[in-house]
Amino acid sequence: MATADLYQHKAAAETLFRRKRLAAIGLPLLVLAYLTYIFFAFDMPGLMGRASLENAQKLVSDSYSYKTHVTRDNRSGEVEIAIEGERKGEYAPGTSPAWVALGDETVIDLENGHIVTFSADNAVRYDVPGYGAITAQPTRASGVNATLPAGDVPDWINLSKNRMTVTTDAGRLTVTRNRTEVFRYFTGWELFFFTLDSPYHGLSYAEVMARALGGEAADIWTDFWSNKMWRHGDVAWALFETVLMAFLGTFGAAIVALPLAFLAAKNFSPLMLVRQVTRRFFDFFRGVDALIWTVVLARAFGPGPLTGALAILVTDTGSFGKMFSEALENVDEKQIEGIRSTGAKPIQRYRFGVIPQITPVLLSQILYYFESNTRSATIIGAITGGGIGLLLTQAMITQKDWEEVTYYIILIVLMVMAMDWLSGILRRRLIKGDGSGH
Amino acid sequence: MADHALHAPQPIDTIRDDYLALIRRKRTYGAILLAIFIALMTSGFIIADDRNAGGFWDGLHRIFDFPAEVIAEAAQKADQLPAHFVTFLPAMIETLNIAGAATLTGAIGAVVLSLLATRGMAKWPRLIPVFRRMMDIMRAVPEIVIALILIFVLGGGPVPAMIAIAFHTVGALGKLFSEVNENASLKPVEGLESVGANWSQRMWLGVIPQVAPNYVSYALLRFEINIRASAILGFVGAGGIGYELKNAMSWGKGRYDEAAAIFLILFLTIILVDQASSALRNHLTHGAKRGAK
Repeated sequence: MATADLYQHKAAAETLFRRKRLAAIGLPLLVLAYLTYIFFAFDMPGLMGRASLENAQKLVSDSYSYKTHVTRDNRSGEVEIAIEGERKGEYAPGTSPAWVALGDETVIDLENGHIVTFSADNAVRYDVPGYGAITAQPTRASGVNATLPAGDVPDWINLSKNRMTVTTDAGRLTVTRNRTEVFRYFTGWELFFFTLDSPYHGLSYAEVMARALGGEAADIWTDFWSNKMWRHGDVAWALFETVLMAFLGTFGAAIVALPLAFLAAKNFSPLMLVRQVTRRFFDFFRGVDALIWTVVLARAFGPGPLTGALAILVTDTGSFGKMFSEALENVDEKQIEGIRSTGAKPIQRYRFGVIPQITPVLLSQILYYFESNTRSATIIGAITGGGIGLLLTQAMITQKDWEEVTYYIILIVLMVMAMDWLSGILRRRLIKGDGSGH
Repeated sequence: MADHALHAPQPIDTIRDDYLALIRRKRTYGAILLAIFIALMTSGFIIADDRNAGGFWDGLHRIFDFPAEVIAEAAQKADQLPAHFVTFLPAMIETLNIAGAATLTGAIGAVVLSLLATRGMAKWPRLIPVFRRMMDIMRAVPEIVIALILIFVLGGGPVPAMIAIAFHTVGALGKLFSEVNENASLKPVEGLESVGANWSQRMWLGVIPQVAPNYVSYALLRFEINIRASAILGFVGAGGIGYELKNAMSWGKGRYDEAAAIFLILFLTIILVDQASSALRNHLTHGAKRGAK
């Protein structure tokens, strides 16, 4: 090789290296520049100020704990005990959990020596170990009239004329002119199995099992299933609805798309015009986003699972049509010819020459979409109002049922993972089964 | 049975009978499966129809009412459409930015996680199952869940949507990337190891150049999906074009021209990005082929 040639190659190689080096430095810089732009375009510095740590704290603590409210109405003197302060978690009048003693004086044991006493004439006394007794005598005329032990007011007591809030590790006491309220916090999800009005509330697992075996299984199941706090029956139904939306949408789309795909495939549809029109149809259905279809269809069909199913169906008809027609263009002509040589009519040629070839590809794509549509159905359900997506948004809007939100999230994740697993198994089984069948 | 057939040829009748029986059985299974499928579809449709606020057959003829209304109003105020385009362009760009930033950060996370979850490349081979499960869980969480929680904590805006989509993207791309990694040659990695390169150098110089075209192609596909996701999340309170659409829709009649403008701008953007990304992906795979020659 001539030396000049060698030099030329060396120069070319050096240029290539320079370009690669530039790319190696330039690309990360570009990414960095874009992310910096995003940082300011999305106003991240301002976000830090707007973010509510209090909300985050509330969310996290509420997701694994709950509180029981003991409330006295200072006008009527009535004491009410309710879990999370909700009507459906109320204790029947005259009944109370073990840590509240009802009577002329209501004694609330917050454990570790913290004791709150509601005495006659609206007086309230909170014994805090290591600090002393806090008393208050709320009246309509002169506010809460609180008396604290001598010394500075500690920062866990918030005191003004008409309101006193004492927050300790054991619980919280709020006194206003109209009511006195104690919160006691517990770990866990309250009343998950049975609500207070159920005879099975508070029984141990063994006792419930024993009763179930003793012939009360149906009652126990009804009480659990219709639990007013957690609504297990409704939740299961909502999960089913979400899967149903995905199922109807995905498989409906496949049924609609398959015949159309023949029209769009080069080797089955000789007319260029037909092909182009069908393809543009697919592009249109895909391009108009699921969001737009959801909004448009919700106008015609109202909220509910059917609307969600149709939105998935319409969007995926476009995607499936495109994929199916590509699969059809890749079929092996020889098999069709073989069928044709036996004197088969067109329909028979499709049935025995084409369909067996594309079934594995099609099924695996459909099943893959089925799994991913379960996730989409959750989101679409939140917009159209159906399925678990609706329950999730409803629970979020109240901004206090975070334990329910956590429950739904866990269920959604489990549902999607189950669908993923199921579609994986089916894909392997169907594709393999079909392969060995030939 | 098969052995027996090999040694002593069976009479042709038996073979034919066996074959026909097999075919019959296959057909019966097929028919049963088809019947079950049809039953599931019909009953599912009936249930969904029952639970829906409006029935399918009542709604079917009204399906074009709403689009017709929107188009009529948009046509009436056609002269305002360009102005609306200008108004909503920033929102559309925000939606694109949400998708872009989420895809970018998600892809970076996915590269790291997928390398950690691939045999032969993992830094801690014992932790491979842990990283795999992690990706599975990230993939299973729908974006809306994280978005709604973050909206509660961080307030509305693009950041919750971005984080939510990025989180899901890490899982979704991570799985695809680790499949790509499995097909990559380990020889460059071994070569680099022999000259004393550390893990990140081995990955950056030995693996990434091999897999980068495939990574980019998958990331582009994901970007298309993420644009749609970010438009939808806007509808539930994270900013962007979805939020504008929700506002225009809840206003109802009188602002349908705005809704039409938003529909159009979203449609055009999605088509444009789809075309651009598919051209780019074609170029990438084509380029890879040329390199292999």
